Amino acid sequence: MLKFFSKRIVQIVILLFIYVTIVYWLMEAMPGSFTDKYLMNPKITPEIRQNLAKQFGLDKPAFTRYLYYMKNFLKLDLGISFSYFPKKVSSLIFERLPRTVFLFVTATLVSYILGYNLGKRAAWRRGKILDKTATFVGIVFWTIFLPLLAIFNIWLFGVILKILPLNQFINPNVWRETNLSAQNIFLKLLLNAFIFLVVMMISLIFAQRVKTVAAKRTIVLLSAVVTLSVSIILWTSTGLGIYALDIILHMVLPVFTLTLYSFAGSMLVMRDTMLEVVREDYVVTAKAKGLPDRVVRDKHAARNALLPLITNFVISLGFTLSGGIITETMFSWPGLGRAYLEALNSQDTPLLIGLLVFTGIFVLLAHLIADVLYAFLDPRIRY
Amino acid sequence: MTEQSETIVQEPLWKIKLRLWLKEFKRNWALFRERKIAIFGLSVIIFFAVFGIIYPLYPTIMKNVFWKDDIISYETFTPYDPIIGFDPNIFDHPSPPSLVHPLGTDPLGRDVLSMVMYSTPREFVLGITAALITVVIGTIIGASSAYYGGVVDTFFMRLADIVMLFPSLAILMVLSAFIELTLFRLALIIGILAGFGSITIVLKAQALTVKVRPFIEAAKSTGASDAYIILKHIIPNILPLSFLYMMLNVTGAIFTEAVLSFLGLANIRMSWGVIIHMAESSGYLMGSSIGTYWWLWVPAGACITLLCSAFYFLGRGLEEIVNPRLRKR
Repeated sequence: MLKFFSKRIVQIVILLFIYVTIVYWLMEAMPGSFTDKYLMNPKITPEIRQNLAKQFGLDKPAFTRYLYYMKNFLKLDLGISFSYFPKKVSSLIFERLPRTVFLFVTATLVSYILGYNLGKRAAWRRGKILDKTATFVGIVFWTIFLPLLAIFNIWLFGVILKILPLNQFINPNVWRETNLSAQNIFLKLLLNAFIFLVVMMISLIFAQRVKTVAAKRTIVLLSAVVTLSVSIILWTSTGLGIYALDIILHMVLPVFTLTLYSFAGSMLVMRDTMLEVVREDYVVTAKAKGLPDRVVRDKHAARNALLPLITNFVISLGFTLSGGIITETMFSWPGLGRAYLEALNSQDTPLLIGLLVFTGIFVLLAHLIADVLYAFLDPRIRY
Repeated sequence: MTEQSETIVQEPLWKIKLRLWLKEFKRNWALFRERKIAIFGLSVIIFFAVFGIIYPLYPTIMKNVFWKDDIISYETFTPYDPIIGFDPNIFDHPSPPSLVHPLGTDPLGRDVLSMVMYSTPREFVLGITAALITVVIGTIIGASSAYYGGVVDTFFMRLADIVMLFPSLAILMVLSAFIELTLFRLALIIGILAGFGSITIVLKAQALTVKVRPFIEAAKSTGASDAYIILKHIIPNILPLSFLYMMLNVTGAIFTEAVLSFLGLANIRMSWGVIIHMAESSGYLMGSSIGTYWWLWVPAGACITLLCSAFYFLGRGLEEIVNPRLRKR
């Protein structure tokens, strides 16, 4: 076990260095540079441009700069962004990371819960109406043109029904009177969501210990209601409630769109593994024992089919940047994906490299966690 | 005894192979036909193929029906050209669907139906080229790294790991800065990027199960070369799976092209993504106008979604033939 993981970590470090090198040279190969943008600007004389280039280290040969970059990278320093000049790339990333993480973790969680439940039922009643509709609708949304779905949802919910804000992160009218920073409120909201998740997990673990179905349900529902009401009371009593609500309202539409777009992926994985599990002998045995249909489905079949879904979930969390570009652009959500597109348009090379490298680290970590989870969840797998 | 051997020799080998192949095909077709969803996908693909093929007829017919009377206009204007067309008889473009323009016109006065039809064969070419490149690379690498193992295997598997690290859309955006992404180049790049990625791992796993079967050992003992074994014995056995992945990759390639065109990063003159990009960049997809000017985005968007899902449906149908564990008992 330990040997496997030490080997894996060494592999990850080597992969990361190759990845950073490729990303660096790819960006270096882009024509033009940041200072070329000021070529036609009469206020910026050639001397200033030269100084600018010198400050950013653009006067040195590319290979020297690469060595500098790698040296800084070893010190976990991703450099300084060109377009947001004095800011560090890492601070920019950490400023925007919570937004992307919150949006995508929520959307992924919702779509996996939906996918798990639908996939389980579809496989259990194979060929029935639920199976057929779920597969058909799921695949249509899975292959739909995502920007168009986003535009359509904005139109339907924002323009016609007028129940949700169109896009952006906050509504400026609400925030005009206060000097609170949106980031501050947002981080508090994130913390609240995290606490809620932890409480739900603990209550689920407790629910496992209880014998009857009714007791299980009460424990889960009770803990959910209590945590929610406590947090709502806390938010309203401090007077920050409207601001939090504003952010949440702005999140609903992107989360809904992303869920609609991606639930089929998890549903189809669940359905296919479930179809294989259903044929196992222990499912037949459980049925022969006379156990209720739902118990066989949920306890004997679905739990054993859960493994690929969980590893899929962990890996898909790693890929938030790439999926984020389209959604965040359509909803003007100031996260990592939008930062990437902006950096690309302004040729902010350090930020571009930083974002790609950061996602790379994220994906590699997700793969490692998936490996650990595999060994943890399936006792048959030993490294 | 002699008679029997003569009869065997008399029938040429290709005939036997053809008969076996036909038998196999009939069995698979029966399996395939049970899947309504796959049939639906196949018919949508056929519909789009026909739709694209009849494109050249459309401008000629329409022009001869509606523009015949006005001889001067007939000779100067090309109202149904998908790229440079303009209809001077209509004063405000975009105009809603009418008899002359069945799906209306776009802000530049071009016929929407003509643009949609013109793009169809291009999407097919793009999707199928990209998927074909992916599958050819993936199959050859998967088969050979399973067969040889050792250094070859390690190299290609680590390469796949690196390729999988790159978010493909983000990389294509960077590439669009210094490569003119024409249709063919885009197909090539998408194909190569996907070909060295996860597909090699899947196909290698499949090839490993073929490698341990006895007929490989038998072929080796009769003195077959490595290349012969890979080409004649391993690849035919993993081909169904690669074909399935090809169908799924077509979906990905068409989607990627549409997104790149939509963001205005590809160098393609006309495609479904470009049509929506056109509508979006001239402000017709904002606020309430999205409902008013529906003909600017519904046809192209529906085409992208329909064709992508059709290939996916077909892939799902094929999956049950390839993977017997998913079949109904």
